[in-house]
Amino acid sequence: MITTDILIIGAGPTGLFTVFEAGLLKLKCHLIDALPQQGGQCTELYPKKPIYDIPAYPEILAGDLTDKLMEQCKQFEPGFTLGERAETIEKQEDGTFIVTTNKGTKHQAPVVAIAGGLGSFEPRKPLIHNITDFEDKGVEYMIKEPEIYRGKKVVIAGGGDSALDWSIFLSDIAESVTLIHRRNEFRGHLDSVEKVQELKNSGKINLITPAEVTGIVGDDKVEAIVVKQAQHIEKEFEVECDHFIPLFGLSPKLGPIANWGLEIEKNAIKVNNALDYQTNIPGIYAIGDVNTYPGKLKLILCGFHEATLMCQSAYQIINPGKRYVLKYTTVAGVNGFDGTRKEAPKAVVKAID
Amino acid sequence: MDSADINITIIDREGVKHQIEAPTDMAMNLMEVVRSYELAPEGTIGICGGMAMCASCQCYVLSDTELPEMQDDEEAMLSEAFYVKDNSRLGCQIQMTPEMEGLEVELAPES
Repeated sequence: MITTDILIIGAGPTGLFTVFEAGLLKLKCHLIDALPQQGGQCTELYPKKPIYDIPAYPEILAGDLTDKLMEQCKQFEPGFTLGERAETIEKQEDGTFIVTTNKGTKHQAPVVAIAGGLGSFEPRKPLIHNITDFEDKGVEYMIKEPEIYRGKKVVIAGGGDSALDWSIFLSDIAESVTLIHRRNEFRGHLDSVEKVQELKNSGKINLITPAEVTGIVGDDKVEAIVVKQAQHIEKEFEVECDHFIPLFGLSPKLGPIANWGLEIEKNAIKVNNALDYQTNIPGIYAIGDVNTYPGKLKLILCGFHEATLMCQSAYQIINPGKRYVLKYTTVAGVNGFDGTRKEAPKAVVKAID
Repeated sequence: MDSADINITIIDREGVKHQIEAPTDMAMNLMEVVRSYELAPEGTIGICGGMAMCASCQCYVLSDTELPEMQDDEEAMLSEAFYVKDNSRLGCQIQMTPEMEGLEVELAPES
């Protein structure tokens, strides 16, 4: 069981900044995110896009913002459960919550802060009628353990960076790699496209374009996929394989959080914005893009503000009756949990004769 | 109706036809018009914010209105999206202009 003071669901900008604000109050944080890396939408959707409305940064790339937030919060040693989706929540008799992920990892905390942005990112599934029958039986939407593909016949579908990168990577491991894309052009880094071209020329990747996968064949597990190539409208053919990996990006869904008994309005969690961004369940907060209240603006900087106020309120839940006075970091400095200390240099005091 | 507004028709994902007035002087694109009129649930359209990176604002153009030519980003995104038809466009890439008076589109299914 992972225990912490504030359990944050979502490791996007708001979740990461919560770690810092909580750290100033000597509260420890642990974050859960369905994505395999921190940064949420910023790293998943547009890491190379500039953002212009972060205070003090006239321009910053979304990926760089994530890096900066990680750098800022690392002194407070946050824990991470990545690549797992928060599935269930149970309130305990002592008032704490236990949140369990889809992989069964359990976390316990007196305060839960949902900073889930648009929700958990779920893989976009291609429109193949029997695809769900083969999930975990040869159909995988994300690659987590590349070693399972060693010596296997793999088919990847998609035309973006993930499809290109994994085709390149697995061409060294798998017995065969077939890449199928609806167009001849690929939407990815030039280097990756050129590398795939090279591997195709040397026979290490089978490229089928423009084409689509229309069916999956097999009894207990994937044995082949059915491909329809654009030039042959009437003609479909099978490609033998052990694994079919469709990589068509991710789509955000509120997911299991929607069943936690929280008050939901227009796909977002209603909170008490006049006070502390708490939901209708005491001890559970919602901050950032995932919440809603009159006048809500879905902006990163609003998430930062909400995180700050939420931490002050959480402090009172975790330390009932204990008084806390807001201190400026310019005065109090920052005491990292890792033993580091940052403070403004003291003025030199010297007598003048 | 403001002189800078145009009349357009949007068929939502439930098949309901909405005849609305879209401003052309607010630098709005079609996806933003759909959001401002709340014709699709929050969180199901314009997820990437309008960068042609998610295809959640895909729509089918039903009228013969002349639209801006498709750029590489939009074409590439549509090559990966689902439910794509010959008349598919991304709403976020269509800036509203007075020339689009009479535009009729249907929102593609959520994917």
